[in-house]
Amino acid sequence: MADPEVTILCIEDEVQIRRFLRASLATQGYRLIEAATGRQGIAEAAARTPDIIILDLGLPDVDGLDITQELRALTRRPIIVLSARGQERDKVDALDAGADDYLTKPFSVAELLARIRVALRHADRSLAGAESESITIGELTIDHARHRVTVGDSEIRLTPTEFKLLFELARHAGRVLTPQHLLREVWGPAYLDRSHYLRIYMARIRGKIEKDPARPRYLLTEPGVGYRLADT
Amino acid sequence: MSDTRPKPDAVLAQLRADEAHPARGRLKIFLGMCAGVGKTYAMLEAGRVRGIESVDVIVGIAETHGRIETEQLLLGHELLPGKTIAYQGITLHEFDIDACLKRRPQLVIVDELAHTNAPGSRHDRRWQDVQELLNAGISVYTAMNIQHVESLNDIVAQITGVVVRETVPDSFVETADEIELVDLNPEELLKRLSDGKIYLPEQAQLATQKFFRTGNLAALRELALRYVAERVDRQVQQYRHDRAIGRTWPVSERLLVCVSASPQSARLVRATRRLATRLGAEWLAIHIDTPRDGGLPPRDRDRLNRILRLAEQLGAQTRTISATNVTEELVAFARLNNVSKIVVGKSAEPRWKRWWKGSLIDELAAKSGEIDLYVISGEGGQVEAVAAETSKLDGLWRDFLRAALVVALTTALCWPVRRHFAESNMAMVYLGGVVLVALRGKRAAAIFASFLSVAAFDFFLVPPYLTFAVSDTEYVVTFAIMLLVALLISNLTVRVRLQAEAARRRESRTSALYELTGQLADAGDIESLVTAAVRSSQQAFQGTTQILLNNATGQLSPAPGQSSHSMAERDSAVAQWVFQNREKAGAGTNTLPAAGALYLPLEASQRVVGVFAIAPAERARLDDPDERHLLDTFVRQIALAIERVQLVDEASRARLTVETERLRNALLSSVSHDFRTPLATMLGAAGSLLDPAGPTDATVRQELLQAIYTETERLDRLIRNLLDMTRLESGAVQLRREWHPLEEIIGAALHRTSQQIGDRPVAISLPSDLLLVPIDGSLIEQVLINLLENAAKYTPPMTPIDVRAFRENQEVVVEIADRGPGLPDDQVRRVFEKFHRVSNSDGGVGLGLAICEAIVNAHGGRIWAENRPGGGAVFRFTIPMIGEPPTVTPELA
Repeated sequence: MADPEVTILCIEDEVQIRRFLRASLATQGYRLIEAATGRQGIAEAAARTPDIIILDLGLPDVDGLDITQELRALTRRPIIVLSARGQERDKVDALDAGADDYLTKPFSVAELLARIRVALRHADRSLAGAESESITIGELTIDHARHRVTVGDSEIRLTPTEFKLLFELARHAGRVLTPQHLLREVWGPAYLDRSHYLRIYMARIRGKIEKDPARPRYLLTEPGVGYRLADT
Repeated sequence: MSDTRPKPDAVLAQLRADEAHPARGRLKIFLGMCAGVGKTYAMLEAGRVRGIESVDVIVGIAETHGRIETEQLLLGHELLPGKTIAYQGITLHEFDIDACLKRRPQLVIVDELAHTNAPGSRHDRRWQDVQELLNAGISVYTAMNIQHVESLNDIVAQITGVVVRETVPDSFVETADEIELVDLNPEELLKRLSDGKIYLPEQAQLATQKFFRTGNLAALRELALRYVAERVDRQVQQYRHDRAIGRTWPVSERLLVCVSASPQSARLVRATRRLATRLGAEWLAIHIDTPRDGGLPPRDRDRLNRILRLAEQLGAQTRTISATNVTEELVAFARLNNVSKIVVGKSAEPRWKRWWKGSLIDELAAKSGEIDLYVISGEGGQVEAVAAETSKLDGLWRDFLRAALVVALTTALCWPVRRHFAESNMAMVYLGGVVLVALRGKRAAAIFASFLSVAAFDFFLVPPYLTFAVSDTEYVVTFAIMLLVALLISNLTVRVRLQAEAARRRESRTSALYELTGQLADAGDIESLVTAAVRSSQQAFQGTTQILLNNATGQLSPAPGQSSHSMAERDSAVAQWVFQNREKAGAGTNTLPAAGALYLPLEASQRVVGVFAIAPAERARLDDPDERHLLDTFVRQIALAIERVQLVDEASRARLTVETERLRNALLSSVSHDFRTPLATMLGAAGSLLDPAGPTDATVRQELLQAIYTETERLDRLIRNLLDMTRLESGAVQLRREWHPLEEIIGAALHRTSQQIGDRPVAISLPSDLLLVPIDGSLIEQVLINLLENAAKYTPPMTPIDVRAFRENQEVVVEIADRGPGLPDDQVRRVFEKFHRVSNSDGGVGLGLAICEAIVNAHGGRIWAENRPGGGAVFRFTIPMIGEPPTVTPELA
């Protein structure tokens, strides 16, 4: 059961989707605020300070990208965007504009709840201001302070850039990160147009930490959108 | 053979003529023997009567010449405002054809058919205006005098001594639906003249008074009556012919008139035309070009072109052929074309020359066999012919000079060795010189060189030297034989040379045409066709050409691959006119001759596809009948080629429409079936769950919910595939090719399909080094997902799936193999077709593999299916490795 205090703002114009979200989220103990339009959503976000926002990118009254930016200017709380399939570009733009995660319609309740949990965990962590020095996912352990990566008992030797990339993903474990985000954080703004760097380094890290690089356990790819480090 | 039935060709031609002008206007000509008989009055009166019959009649233009009765009659009519054209300070009042076409009356009265329009008008002549009105479906009443009929022109000139310049071609007069003779007794006419009822311009007063004499008038009247009577006679014959009655129609005759550049040939042409009309025969005019010194002088060539054009206007087909033997060629041509009568002119050459050379007529008579020969007298024009001779002489002097020089050189060569060489050898050297002269110069120069050689030989080289006297009388025989041989050689050499030149000219024309047809056959689309056509015709005619095509909106526009700047605004109107009227116009024609180029309609077998414009560097080329025939052939070939390509395009468009239609039907049936099945399940299950009297048992409820869930997923997959296919086909998907590690894409696809694959073991085999491929990541992931889903769907649980990728030459091959039942042999190719399903019960829509194919094709690769040795199916696709994979700067570890 989730924390009963958690308030979710759902900005979605489809009545049926709101109804199904309300039913599924209420059973999990979340409190739901509904907004049928973008304008109303922004007003609610300002007035009610929700803990997390679920935003449909295909609203009739405002552009998905614009509203993501407006919401991000208003609050630092996580935003999960919903969009239809085939609109990978929109998702990437929304993520680059400040959204934390995305879900493709149609999605299952289980998926949604998992994303909500990841988002809340990250939000809490960054609110607390303390980044944990060591991150463990399954057998993979990343120790920031000592620059050490281990899988099970064996230590993995990574180059500084490989480590930086893996750590950036680990810091946001469970969340999808866009190529733009990773290139900027790891290589710097001058490398924004060299996405092949990212792909080649990803392949190298997989070769080192994955048992079967073609069926990765940790470093997951979402083609057209970005990369995600599994969080469990 | 008697001609009792209409010939199929003639019937067909009639039908075609009817089709080409579905609603041609009717033409009525009011024909008079001379001015003043009251044609205009009769015409206006007839128009008035038609007006009463509520026909929409207007007067386009009428010359009342100030006659009161006529002017009064004019008052009752609607008058079309004329066009005033300022020309060299005079204001000319002209018929306004555009206004008339815009007004579109049923009947228009246009006086003075033979009138010549002011410079700058659309057509040179008023009869051409009338022709356009008729083609536009407007009926016309018009008037003319008998002396204006082209073929009677010279007869009238003989009777009256007045040469009429403004004539109307017989071919046009004959298109008249009705000719009404406006007749007046000569005495009556002379009385009207003396009463001042006939308008006479001041300057023509004298000539006209000579003209209006009872004798003249009687002759003209007879001519007019006979002309109309002959026409009536022909109509009766035509009528009988059309209905296939009677036996009066003779075996059809064909006349051939042989013309030259001589001025009398025009008379010959007119006479033949009259003869042909009386016999109801077709006729041809031929000019045989004999290879002669340097071709015709420009003046003669001009006249010849005029004569051939006259023949064309009078309805003849014209030909120019080159040959050395006139009679043989003429007879051969005549036989080939089933000519029954040959018409030639009496020779104007002096008697001795005829005796010497043999007369053409005698030769023809001997060779023509069953073909009749008509010899017609030719007079006059001698002055012009002499004038033409002088221009020829210019070049001749140079040739003579050259001949003298050659003989001088030969002599100089032989002089030092005269005592050592036999005279016969030196004579040979002279003969060599003569051949040299004959190879370059005119025949006369070669003959001159022959005589000069003999003289020089005698004077310088035959002892005693430096005198014409000879030591031995035997030398006289030597000289005679030497002269004879020199003359023969020079004559033969000149002839061979001229034949070669003629052959070269013919050859260049043939090869131009050959090249054109070759290039046209090679061209597959309109653009390359037009480019080839323009290039070939520019080469052949040395000028700029342009091709305008009829576009979808019925407007003419430059064909693709051509610039439009070369066409002046004014000329585009000419092109439009040519297109609509299917007749040539512009430079070198009688219609809109002021245009910058000659415009010809591109008439193909079924339609006019556009307009061909040509502006040759030399205008005169357009007057040469040979060039014109070649140009016509070019244009015809180009038109047919364009039509062919257009038809192919249309056919493929039609095929595409059929294909689209088939797909739409398949889509509809698929949508109606495949979408309704899951919907029915969902609706039914949800309905029973909602029903208060529905199942209460928890397991049953769970099963219903599961059914809803499964069917929803299936529907989602269907919609996804349909949308993907639509997006791919509509071109909305743009390939974003980037270098991806193949391993990553395969991993993502496996991750997404892990649920469907379930417990089936997946073996992955990839090259040990990193394989970067230039692909659109999300699209190739989709291919892999579809192939993996298929493998999962058609194989039982626990059967292995093999995923393999390797590099082969410049391609990467990816294969997904299973150990399922494999594909039926006839399905191996068909599985990629849209809406094709191996079995009907698999729940798919038959798009998954079609999507794969579309994506792989977009990448420039191939996809195919095979059955695997040992059972199972394998799907392979290739991705070409375009470019070099990127590298990263190595970092210090």
